[in-house]
Amino acid sequence: MNGQSTKRSLWSWWYLLLVVQFVFLLCVPSYNRIDPTFIGIPFFYWYQLAWVIISGVLTAIVYFATED
Amino acid sequence: MAEVNWTALTVFVVLFAFITWLGFAAAKWRAGDLDLLHEWGLGGRRFGTVVTWFLIGGDVYTAYTFIAVPALAFGAGAIAFFAVPYAILIYPILFLVFPRLWYVCHKHQYITAGDFVRGRYGNRWLALAVSITGIVATMPYIALQLVGLQVVIGAMGISGSGYVADVPLLIAFVILAAFTYSSGLRAPASIAIVKDILIYVTAFVAVIAIPIQMGGFDKIFAAVPPAKVLLAVPGPTTTGSYGVYATLVLGSALALFLYPHSITGILSASSGRAVRRNGALLPSYTFMLGLLALMGFFAIATGVGTNPDYAAGFKQFGNSFAVPALFLHSFPSWFVGVAFAAVGIGALVPAAIMSIAAANLYTRNIHREFINKNPSDKEEAQIAKWVSLIVKFGALLFILFVPTQYAIQLQLLGGIWIIQTVPSVMLGVYTRWFNEWALLIGWAVGTAVGTTMAVSVNFAAAYPLAFNGMTFPGYTAFYTVFLNLIIAIVLTPVFNAMGGKRADATVPADYHA
Repeated sequence: MNGQSTKRSLWSWWYLLLVVQFVFLLCVPSYNRIDPTFIGIPFFYWYQLAWVIISGVLTAIVYFATED
Repeated sequence: MAEVNWTALTVFVVLFAFITWLGFAAAKWRAGDLDLLHEWGLGGRRFGTVVTWFLIGGDVYTAYTFIAVPALAFGAGAIAFFAVPYAILIYPILFLVFPRLWYVCHKHQYITAGDFVRGRYGNRWLALAVSITGIVATMPYIALQLVGLQVVIGAMGISGSGYVADVPLLIAFVILAAFTYSSGLRAPASIAIVKDILIYVTAFVAVIAIPIQMGGFDKIFAAVPPAKVLLAVPGPTTTGSYGVYATLVLGSALALFLYPHSITGILSASSGRAVRRNGALLPSYTFMLGLLALMGFFAIATGVGTNPDYAAGFKQFGNSFAVPALFLHSFPSWFVGVAFAAVGIGALVPAAIMSIAAANLYTRNIHREFINKNPSDKEEAQIAKWVSLIVKFGALLFILFVPTQYAIQLQLLGGIWIIQTVPSVMLGVYTRWFNEWALLIGWAVGTAVGTTMAVSVNFAAAYPLAFNGMTFPGYTAFYTVFLNLIIAIVLTPVFNAMGGKRADATVPADYHA
């Protein structure tokens, strides 16, 4: 609880990684299409499912790179 | 529908009997004194990363979700998939905001968001507003869990005339009420483990087996009307379905972890680190949710909607019957039992946590604040136990005597209401800049305007905001929380200029390890 630990945990640039998923997923027109399909699943669906995995990885990276 | 599916029913009953035993046995799990509110209502803050993963997963991905999201895909198509980006974006928010809330609540022994707001702003009225919002937003959510249960019970062919038809639901309800009363949060935490495993098995079997039966995903999507496969491309003077989709995603994501049951799940973790870890681990549930959403399309492709075998079910439950009908159509009876038990138990877990969370709020932020200021620890825990019963009983009466449509409309309003606590709670863990009265007025205006907007569009989720010849249809909750925030920002300097003491029971070091 000393001053140093307060400063250290205030901000880390790694947190910006968490913004990436907001940008990609809120840009709806960029993925509202059929092609390319993946094992018969339209792009709209598999793209968003793929982001589930990417977001988990991004959050894991931030978890290991920052301290609580 | 006419005949009882005995095999499925037997499997269902056996699994239900098992979780009933588990719910009562849970009282002795990581045992604590259940006459203390934080032991009964937060499981003594003893749950590590893994149990927290099961608990929050069991809490957020409810039976209603499993029924309603595919039902929306079945009826309306691509828009239903908003649940997936929504359930992705809740986790960066969980990761950034809620470990801080965990630390400050642990430090000051806060049990609810109302406790936190009371300490942070020293204003009992703002705390009351946050607490009442939480309770009122949660009630219809509990009712909808019971609807999920009703649908699977009906799908097993149990029907009757008049009140006899409601007997199975009553039995499930009594079980739920009894183990929640006796074991507190430990009951849903232990049952969540069973529920999540059953749901995972069901989702993965369904997403592999049904496309194989159907001859591949190409065939399934070919059977879906083209207008349902993608979002409609908006015209030149509107942001159309794109704006609706994006605001539904963002608005729902902001609101989710402010629901009392989510906060209860988070605060019961044993460390802030466990909460942070879960920010990275919980998305695995979102993947499963996406698979379940696709089942709405499987249901279209199998033609269960026009199959006379299921006509009675669709007539009674509407599109909510899509998933049960799909399971009945595609699985052997014993696995139907497993799948339905997953949904049924998936109703009990969140219903239990929601009633506990509402009880904690009432006990701490209404009863203790305004009625009996100095209850003994035992009295406090006892009040919470009784309130958890009353809350559930209210939800049951609602489901039995009021058309389901009202519960759905109230649940939509609940989303609009709970998001109005973003400035006080979510921004409150980062900054004490806002004036408490400015926050209260922002909350009141946001709630009133949001409710009016929702009523004016007859409880559609999206409101067509018109501006300068353009229309921006979007999620009402999202628009009104902005209004709320702007009011709080504008009024803060005004109230500060009027003077008054700035109270804050917390210091910056309370918010992290």
